Amino acid sequence: MKDVIDLKSPANILTIIVVGLCAVVPFLAPALGEPFYVIVFARIMVWAIAAVSLNLIMGYGGMISFGHAVYLGIGAYAIGILAFHGVTSAWIQWPVAIGACAVISLIFGAISLRTRGVYFIMITLALAQMLFFLSVSAERYGSDDGLNILARSDFGVSFFSLEDNMTMYYTIFAFLLASVFVSWKLVHSRFGVVMRAAKSNETRVQAVGVSTYRYRLTAFVIAGVMCGIAGLLQANLERFVSPDMMNWPRSGELIFMVVLGGMSTLFGPVTGAFVFLMLSEILSTWTIHWHIIFGPFLVLIVLFARGGIAGLLTPRASRE
Amino acid sequence: MLEVRGIESSYGDSQVLFGMDFTVGTGEVATLMGRNGMGKTTTVRSIMGIMQPHGGEILFEGTRIDGLASYKVAQAGIGLVPEGRQIFPNLSVRENLIATARKRRGEGETWTFDKVIDLFPGLAPRLESAGNQLSGGEQQMLAVGRALMTNPQLLVLDEATEGLAPLIRTEIWSCLADLKTARQSILIIDKNVAALTKIADRHHIVEKGRVVWNGTSEQLRADADLQARYLGV
Repeated sequence: MKDVIDLKSPANILTIIVVGLCAVVPFLAPALGEPFYVIVFARIMVWAIAAVSLNLIMGYGGMISFGHAVYLGIGAYAIGILAFHGVTSAWIQWPVAIGACAVISLIFGAISLRTRGVYFIMITLALAQMLFFLSVSAERYGSDDGLNILARSDFGVSFFSLEDNMTMYYTIFAFLLASVFVSWKLVHSRFGVVMRAAKSNETRVQAVGVSTYRYRLTAFVIAGVMCGIAGLLQANLERFVSPDMMNWPRSGELIFMVVLGGMSTLFGPVTGAFVFLMLSEILSTWTIHWHIIFGPFLVLIVLFARGGIAGLLTPRASRE
Repeated sequence: MLEVRGIESSYGDSQVLFGMDFTVGTGEVATLMGRNGMGKTTTVRSIMGIMQPHGGEILFEGTRIDGLASYKVAQAGIGLVPEGRQIFPNLSVRENLIATARKRRGEGETWTFDKVIDLFPGLAPRLESAGNQLSGGEQQMLAVGRALMTNPQLLVLDEATEGLAPLIRTEIWSCLADLKTARQSILIIDKNVAALTKIADRHHIVEKGRVVWNGTSEQLRADADLQARYLGV
């Protein structure tokens, strides 16, 4: 894997276009008379952060977590519950949300990483569903109906307020760029090299003296925290949290975004989130039966585009 | 350095090792030889903690290592070049080497990235190539280099030259001779009697899960009957 990002590859050019679009949408969409797309792009970026975090463990570490959306929910509920109790300071909300994701992902990772293959998939699903049902049963916090958030996180400074939609949008944008950068740095560090080696042959990595469990657990926690940040951003963006955010179909969608964009590629999850959400947005305006088109499209991508969109646009010789 | 005392190992109900006994001294190059299916690789797997023996004991530098997890055995100072090479195909040559690099415990020559490349100059132009884009010979050099990067006190090579072209084999044997000169302790599992008797100090012939003969290169070379009976030479 090259340490330098090839900015001339078609896959990366597509990503640069997507990221560039994200950067100008708050100006472009209102000018084109479609201000609605600002919120659509903000949502796409939140999901892209979550997909980047999943790619870190699934694409580079071979850990197919079927419960990754639970961290979206934990991050979001941390904001929602604190706001419900009148705590709106971001200096309290955000560390609590990140800390909660770190602790829960540490516990879930410590349990689930003792298993492999389909058992890992099932145990991550089971653990996530446990928290999903906990949130459904939490009547005080809205149960199935979810919880409205009256005020976004308050940083207590006049020049930076998330109540301003533009600030909210570019905060998400900054976190998206940061998540890709952190992912890139991690993957190219010795930590990332060991993780990728373990994906290829875990027994062999251990036979040369590396305890893969610690590496995998660390990656699991980093990904959980990164996804939790996406959750706290989503809670602030939507001013609403609900159990549905951490239900298993959301985890499935995250997996699909990563696969669609291209697993084990830096920008694949961003492209995947963009195509997945834009397509569902556009198709749903055409017909209420849009899943009939969307489903087969996803099946075709899996069948014929090994390596996802990044794979389609990358010459075979330069794939990992 | 390494003492294997009467180990017994099985795959399920099928016992493969029946009291395997041998030692490798400090700075010594020892071999395990024998026909296919006699238990050589099982011995390596038992030493490395990849499978756990159910009898006997394995000592490394006086400390029991049987029962330890494989990464702890490797951390104790045993570097393995596995059968079939098993390099990481999704990593570049450079990444394969740095992935498992470790500093040396105790005395002896410390292997660094640059030193490994000096030993295998053929890898230098291939540093950014993925492991699965290398030839068999290059993969073998990478596998040896990767093991050296863990700075092992004992290097174990399991069928290091199997399936390689004669020219590449010669290169591997030459590298092992260099390592011997540098006082690297080595345990080689191979079938190439002619090459092994040139570089090894002591040989152990394995038959049906136990060592049935051990001796020096001179003794092995001189005993054509022994070679014919146990090694099919």
